Amino acid sequence: MLLITCPYCGPRPELEFSHGGEAHIARPEKPSELSIEDWTQYLYLRANPKGLHAERWRHLHGCARFFNALRDTTTDQFVATYKAGEPRPTGGAA
Amino acid sequence: MNAPFRTAAGGRHDRGRPVSFSFDGKTYQGFAGDTLASALLANGVCLMGRSFKYHRPRGVIAAGSDEPNALVSVQRDAARYAPNLRATQVELYEGLSSESQNRWPSLAFDVGSVNNLASPFIPAGFYYKTFMWPRKAWDRFYEPNIRAAAGLGRSPTEADPDRYLNRYAHCEVLVVGGGPAGLAAALAAAQGGGRVILADEQTELGGSLLSATDATIDGKPSDDWLAETLASLAALPNVTLLKRATAFGYFAHNMIGVTERLTDHLAAPNAATPRERLWNIRAKQVVLAAGSIERPLVFPDNDRPGILLADAARTYLNRYGVKPGKRVVVATGHDGAYRAALDLHRAGVEIAAIADLRPNPTGPLVEAARAAGLPIRPACAITGTSGGLRVITARLSPIKGAGQVGPAQIVPCDAVLMSGGFTPSVHLFSQSRGKLRWDQDLLTYLPDQSAEQERSAGACRGRFGLAEALADGFAAGAAASGAEVSRTFAVEALEGDPRGVIGALPHDRGVNAKAFVDWQNDVTTKDLKLAVREGFQSIEHIKRYTTTGMATDQGKTSNLNALGVVADVLHKPIPEVGLTTFRMPYTPVTFGALAGLARGDLFDPVRATPIHDWAAEQGAVFEDVSLWKRARYFPRGSEDMEAAVRRECVSVRAGCGIFDASTLGKIEVVGPDAAEFMNRMYVNAWTKLGVGKCRYGVLCREDGFVTDDGVVGRIAKDRFHVTTTTGGAPRVLGMMEDYLQTEWPDLNVWLTSTTEQWAVIALQGPNARRILEGLVEGIDLSPEALPHMSLAEGRIRGVPTRLFRVSFSGELGFEINVAADHGRAVWEAVWAAGQPHGLTPYGTETMHVLRAEKGFIIVGQETDGTATPDDVGLTWAVGKAKPDFVGKRSLARPAMSEPDRKQLVGLYTDDGAVVLEEGAQIVATAGQTPPMRLIGHVTSSYYSAVLGRSIALAMVSGGRARLGESLYSPSPVGDIPVKVVPTVFYDPEGARVNG
Amino acid sequence: MDKTLAPNAARGALDGFTAAPALGLAAACPMTRFVLRGRAEALAAAEAELGFLLPRQACRAASLDGRHALWLGPDEWLILAPLADGPALGEALEAAMGAHPHSLVEISQRQTAIVISGPRATGLLNVGCPLDLDLAAFPVGMCTRTVFAKAEIGLWRRAPDSFHIEVWRSFSPYVWRFLEAAGAEYA
Repeated sequence: MLLITCPYCGPRPELEFSHGGEAHIARPEKPSELSIEDWTQYLYLRANPKGLHAERWRHLHGCARFFNALRDTTTDQFVATYKAGEPRPTGGAA
Repeated sequence: MNAPFRTAAGGRHDRGRPVSFSFDGKTYQGFAGDTLASALLANGVCLMGRSFKYHRPRGVIAAGSDEPNALVSVQRDAARYAPNLRATQVELYEGLSSESQNRWPSLAFDVGSVNNLASPFIPAGFYYKTFMWPRKAWDRFYEPNIRAAAGLGRSPTEADPDRYLNRYAHCEVLVVGGGPAGLAAALAAAQGGGRVILADEQTELGGSLLSATDATIDGKPSDDWLAETLASLAALPNVTLLKRATAFGYFAHNMIGVTERLTDHLAAPNAATPRERLWNIRAKQVVLAAGSIERPLVFPDNDRPGILLADAARTYLNRYGVKPGKRVVVATGHDGAYRAALDLHRAGVEIAAIADLRPNPTGPLVEAARAAGLPIRPACAITGTSGGLRVITARLSPIKGAGQVGPAQIVPCDAVLMSGGFTPSVHLFSQSRGKLRWDQDLLTYLPDQSAEQERSAGACRGRFGLAEALADGFAAGAAASGAEVSRTFAVEALEGDPRGVIGALPHDRGVNAKAFVDWQNDVTTKDLKLAVREGFQSIEHIKRYTTTGMATDQGKTSNLNALGVVADVLHKPIPEVGLTTFRMPYTPVTFGALAGLARGDLFDPVRATPIHDWAAEQGAVFEDVSLWKRARYFPRGSEDMEAAVRRECVSVRAGCGIFDASTLGKIEVVGPDAAEFMNRMYVNAWTKLGVGKCRYGVLCREDGFVTDDGVVGRIAKDRFHVTTTTGGAPRVLGMMEDYLQTEWPDLNVWLTSTTEQWAVIALQGPNARRILEGLVEGIDLSPEALPHMSLAEGRIRGVPTRLFRVSFSGELGFEINVAADHGRAVWEAVWAAGQPHGLTPYGTETMHVLRAEKGFIIVGQETDGTATPDDVGLTWAVGKAKPDFVGKRSLARPAMSEPDRKQLVGLYTDDGAVVLEEGAQIVATAGQTPPMRLIGHVTSSYYSAVLGRSIALAMVSGGRARLGESLYSPSPVGDIPVKVVPTVFYDPEGARVNG
Repeated sequence: MDKTLAPNAARGALDGFTAAPALGLAAACPMTRFVLRGRAEALAAAEAELGFLLPRQACRAASLDGRHALWLGPDEWLILAPLADGPALGEALEAAMGAHPHSLVEISQRQTAIVISGPRATGLLNVGCPLDLDLAAFPVGMCTRTVFAKAEIGLWRRAPDSFHIEVWRSFSPYVWRFLEAAGAEYA
């Protein structure tokens, strides 16, 4: 079971969390003005990197906040967790 | 006492406590402290099982959890039957009843052993090659028979009556293994002050020290040192010692699964005591001191009962006071066997020969054996054995170099000890995703880079000697805890060369000789060579083709020898052949331990509403809706569901019905930006919804498909009372929180689940208002003051209420929300007031029929995640003027308005007595044969008592343009003709909602 | 007809569950509960009304005169108060916060509370709760939402050997029975 460091509550067991998919995909300001290609890109297309991945988690059974994490998908080790809205930490391969 | 192989003295078992037990129906005597294996050996019982595939007679080869052969079943009673236990781990208790496995009719005479005679015809991959033709025979003949013949042991037939517990635990340092390295690690780690847990799979802590005789530590006999060390550890408040506790799995981020066996060793366990406790231990640091596993030698006929690992023989002698035989041949490529030979010699066992593969064995142990006059034969290979149910001779051949042997000599014996050296137990390290490296000197894989906060110590990383294991363990424990401690251990013990041999021994016995590599899975060198000949190069493929290293054994005794054989045939160095992945569990784990308390009534939470007990008292039949129990119908007398539902439906439409809607999800959306937030989330427009008004809300996902719906009431300008589907409540709240927290954090609005704050009593039917009139205070129920789709706050029987005038039945309807603790009392008050008005309780089944008669959808029944609001006829709900809402952009995609999309329609069967199956397909023409062109499917189908005929809702391609068309629903009894009709079957004008 | 239900007509989710002294298990008495959310001005106003500061440190509770504020999230507090404080407390808080952006939602009966005390408390809790309940890791005054077996709970340590468990009412029988089953060997 993963041990995930909530930016608010500290290290907590995975049981308290839900995964929220790739991070840093902002909903377009005015979706109606987007081309179908751009909307498709936003809606469906996601990176699936081998290595560091910025992803959303929610401390569902804790403070209930969404936050972001950098996790290495090959080792399951977390490099960093940070609050929603904060930029992806520098360091580590993209 | 007649135990012919028991020594006169010595051993850790309690000679003062004799214990009787049975094996295959025969009663024997052993002592407290014996294992089943040691007690059987003491009684001269060598034969303990039949092998998996060839049914060859087998005895124990090991003394611990690495035992691949002696798998037995232990039965306490009909329900307590545990198969596939290692006899080497089964502790004796008075009356223990055990039996061997994989034999019929008896262990000594086993019909299945014809497989052994047929073995030239059942090599590796035999099943894949043979049972392929004719294809139909697989299902009817091959598979059932193979399944009957395969497998080990049998399952108990009754539910497990024992109690199992799980628990979470945390520590700063977890030490796995209670041998010298583990004990030293715990001693050091404890001085760091943090919590230390030491877990060991054996019945006693001590590991190899339990079998030691002549070593001293810090000037004391190792036994004394062990006792003192255990006492000092047990006295430390920060140390937890777990014995009979197997660390079976290394999970992510230093979570280790440990099963602790609490009662299996007791003759009469207390029923309240859990049989096992599964510890989920999260450790900041882990010290793996898992020790090593002795490697068998791979030579022809190496699986006869009476042939066992040399160090196991030493354990039987020193720990259990059992001689493995009276005249013993020792075959070895490693110094450790000399230690066993010396101990046996001292105990009076005749050492017939020590056949050493090495040309010039030297070192203190070898010299000691020479000094004791033991007959050492250098450069000598064991090339065969003979004997039926027990070995009677060993065949020894001089090695002539380059895989050649000279003329053999037959040596009579009743036991053969073998040793190829020790394989570090890297199972847990490998499970932790640590990287191994090949050590060409030790001929083994050793832990290299850790992936977790973990360090290996002692024999499991190749530090085999007692002195270096203690030092290594202590250093690891100190480093893990951060304790600034150092300690030296003064050890006096004969130490040998740690190097051994791997792979097959040379022999002159021809290609059909059976030299076993994997005892448990019956894999021989021939099978491995065959796999390579047939083109398998990767060890992972060879493993699966031959089954070597698989199943519960996980290659404990076999992995390295298999690698050696394969590397030899492939002419590749071992690191290029690789190593198979070690799987958890290390040894089998009971289902009970994994389940813990989560069984029966505690398998899942059972959610009941405040009104549940009333419904139960009325004889309601319940159904599961997510975790909720919901009353499905209220049968009277001998009514079945169909009769009850018809009566309930008619009663609601003729008088009034009362329905428990408490499970509906409820979310309070509060804040100055509440309406703005609702505008962005739901397809509807909310700005103009007045306070005290309600609206039916539709929620789409960003892809434009309907995901939830429900009535939303505006309690105040900045407060909405949102309802969701029963099953959708957590999902909708999560989705709302997602948008609010991550996309629109600036909005001043907050969400609170109020699902369980409110009990909800739905009152539906023409008499609803009359029933309520006498109950409410401060609420004007008149149609003018409280029209359809409005709400009022006031009191009902003195209890504060939010009263909604809404209808999911098409009748005049109210939903009474009261705080949950008052739910039942208010329900009963309404129930009493409704008696003169024909009030009838109804359940979810009637609710479904009533709403279908009105064409109201159920999200998840009419919709399946691919339906847009328009597909299900909800275009009217979409706020088209809104610039944006979740899903709006997707709804503008061309595919979303294709005319042939499936659309919600009503269906009438031509024969009103026929009720379609929900899920049935719809086709355009009759008489089609598969593959048919399917144009739709039935989503809801009921018999409508009030209409006197069946009704159905369906999603049909281009359905709304097909009104009046005749279509067909294929069924097992033929095509059922149907006609496409509007979705509203009853009261299409909607007059009844006004009473 | 009598317009009002008898005061004893209310029925709690754990009515009928008998305290298990051997396990230190008991149902807490009914109380008033609110979830408070809001921006800084509203929080300050609420604090003035409550007479104590809302804890800003994650996972900590603050108390005064039988009223408690439990940190649930960075802008979310569970207010616990005696049952008798009831609607009046809500009205007072609403009045204090006025037009400052906030959300105050009464959830008195959404959840119920179980108290577990005594030397076995942490051991029984750890049968279902994956948190480290060592006093150093989970000190007195710490509170958090977490999980207990398959239910979500709010866990608040009120003394070294006493915990207050908040649980949604329909999950409360499950949590109670799970704790009972966990301690069956001591009962």
